[in-house]
Amino acid sequence: MDFQLADEHRMLQEMIRDFVEKEVKPRAAEVDREHKFPREAIEKMGPLGLLGLNIPEEWGGAGSDTLATAILYEELGRGCGSTALTVEAHLSLGSAAINLFGSDMLKEKFLTRLATGEILGALSLTEPGAGSDLKGGVRTKAEKVGNEWIINGSKMWTTNASVAGVIVFLVRTDPAGGSRSLSMIAVPTDTPGLIIHPAERKMGLHGCKTHAVTLEDVRVPLEYLVGEEGRGLHQALAVLDGGRVGIGALSVGLAQAAFEEAVKYAKEREAFGGPIANLQAIQFKLADMSTMIEVARWAIYRAAWLKDQGLPYSQAAAQAKLFATEMADKVCFEAIQIHGGYGYSAEFPVERIYRDNRLMLIGEGTSEINRLVIARHVLRN
Amino acid sequence: MRYLVCIKQTPDTAELPKISPEEAASGKLSVNLVVNPWDEHAIEAGLQLMENYGGTTGAVTVGEEGAIDALRSALAMGCKDATLVKHDDEIDAWGVAELLAAAVRHDGDVDVVLTGQMTVDGNSGAVPVALARKLGWPVLTGVAKVVELTDDSITVERVVGQARLTVKAPTPVVVSVIKEIGEPRYPTFINIRKAARVKIPELTAEELGVDVPAPVVHMSNFRKPPARDAHVKLFEGTPQEAAAALIDALLEEKVL
Ligand SMILES: Cc1cc2nc3c(=O)[nH]c(=O)nc-3n(C[C@H](O)[C@H](O)[C@H](O)COP(=O)(O)OP(=O)(O)OC[C@H]3O[C@@H](n4cnc5c(N)ncnc54)[C@H](O)[C@@H]3O)c2cc1C
Repeated sequence: MDFQLADEHRMLQEMIRDFVEKEVKPRAAEVDREHKFPREAIEKMGPLGLLGLNIPEEWGGAGSDTLATAILYEELGRGCGSTALTVEAHLSLGSAAINLFGSDMLKEKFLTRLATGEILGALSLTEPGAGSDLKGGVRTKAEKVGNEWIINGSKMWTTNASVAGVIVFLVRTDPAGGSRSLSMIAVPTDTPGLIIHPAERKMGLHGCKTHAVTLEDVRVPLEYLVGEEGRGLHQALAVLDGGRVGIGALSVGLAQAAFEEAVKYAKEREAFGGPIANLQAIQFKLADMSTMIEVARWAIYRAAWLKDQGLPYSQAAAQAKLFATEMADKVCFEAIQIHGGYGYSAEFPVERIYRDNRLMLIGEGTSEINRLVIARHVLRN
Repeated sequence: MRYLVCIKQTPDTAELPKISPEEAASGKLSVNLVVNPWDEHAIEAGLQLMENYGGTTGAVTVGEEGAIDALRSALAMGCKDATLVKHDDEIDAWGVAELLAAAVRHDGDVDVVLTGQMTVDGNSGAVPVALARKLGWPVLTGVAKVVELTDDSITVERVVGQARLTVKAPTPVVVSVIKEIGEPRYPTFINIRKAARVKIPELTAEELGVDVPAPVVHMSNFRKPPARDAHVKLFEGTPQEAAAALIDALLEEKVL
């Protein structure tokens, strides 16, 4: 057992923390208020190797591991939820699908550019009628005509669609249905017939752009199939297993930020003759918050470590994601409580952080779906 | 061309307020240690020289074993090599300069030695000058820009108060830079990975063949300024009255 980060990860953490303090956190309020895509910060991350952190070096990435990405999302989340989710959807969803399952041709064509941040990635699974139930719900269909796929349908909630260079879609390739009827296909965003609708208006994560997408006779070469025909659902679930570690890490970062704001405020705010940090009711809240954050952080690190060791990690990832995202909801709730009325004000960051975290209990497997996944593992053993 | 950047590990300035005078006087600080912020600009200058004029940039520090971390940061930013000159005992600027001069000679044909303008803990700014004296090289301080580097000379812009001087000196030379030389770059992940894995060579005074002079400067007293007492004053009355009262108060405080 070793509960210390190795030099490589520790130095990465220091570098990202420094980067976030200077380039990300100071803009978080504006990104939220103005619904502004954090382009500058994202563009600066490419040359540092952060946008291809766990993509193998042979494809132009930095060749690091899942733990490194967990550190990345945690530190980004501590500065700005919108920036963090943009990077997570790029790296752990869009790029991961091609990295895990794409052919060498697709990697050469897309992954090498995703790895450097020349283009961003996105993964589009969800549809108006299909979220948790992808198997039964996905209607977007792709047909083989000559040496092309022709794709038609509508997708919902595709994070990064408007800023991405390529989107990996989950589509039905066999109208018969069943678990082998879905496949993944990569579509460059400048393909005719691909219509990206205006960004959704959301509760939080205002700088992170999420869109409905319509595909009207979109044609791409047959080789743009990602992985195997008929294995799309399994591949999507495998990508989501990894994504859960990312979302959980992001929530740890959001919770950490809310906690730090709460500590600062509790020391400054005076009531009944002293700082409210002297009140035991407030102290107990802070104690619980820091405890939960610490537990969640190690659950995330452990899930990442299992994945990096090549050990089964699906249950650990679901547990860590479930715990970390719900923990962050509670921590943000208490951070607002400690701020009193000011916590409800858009002038203080805790209000934004609370809204930003709310998605984490829904995206990449709702809390309920994660409980299902965990229960299946628990009952199987 | 060969450039050597002299760096020091210092407390993180964000943590300085937490240090008590007793802790500071003891020299044993339980705070986060980082590369002296001024020296980060010197590293940046060294990397720019490497990019613009070719050659290699190395980093060197005089310090305890833990100072290896500062060297790793320099490697992560892009320095090609790093050397620790190990020294655990009390030392002043003159002693540091002695060790650095020996390290520079040991390195071989160095063209430009770079340093920051001062350290955030020592604050003397004496090391670059002392180092040049020991090496018998010219020293250029307050350097904001390197205009040109040739095989045997360097032309730089120095900032002196409100003025700027363009000066030329023969190389080898000691150059101490100011912030304006350039924002220190972030380390790239590839460099972090290399830095984390490399074994950093260590040298001692003995191996360098020098005697470290006993410190000639001793700290006899160390105290923190009393915390500044800040307060808020609200002026009442009509805007004219409030403005008049504000001006009186500012005059009284000698702000105006
Ligand atoms: C900001 C944002 C960004 C997103 N980004 C992406 C993206 O980049 N790519 C993408 O493909 N999708 C994305 N999504 C979609 C997201 O993954 C889905 O919203 C999520 O999977 C839930 O699907 P749904 O909304 O259709 O809800 P439903 O599946 O309809 O679920 C509704 C409710 O029923 C519950 N439920 C459903 N099935 C079960 C069950 N079997 N047992 C118990 N409870 C159940 C759910 O937990 C939930 O509470 C994003 C969503 C948002 C809000």
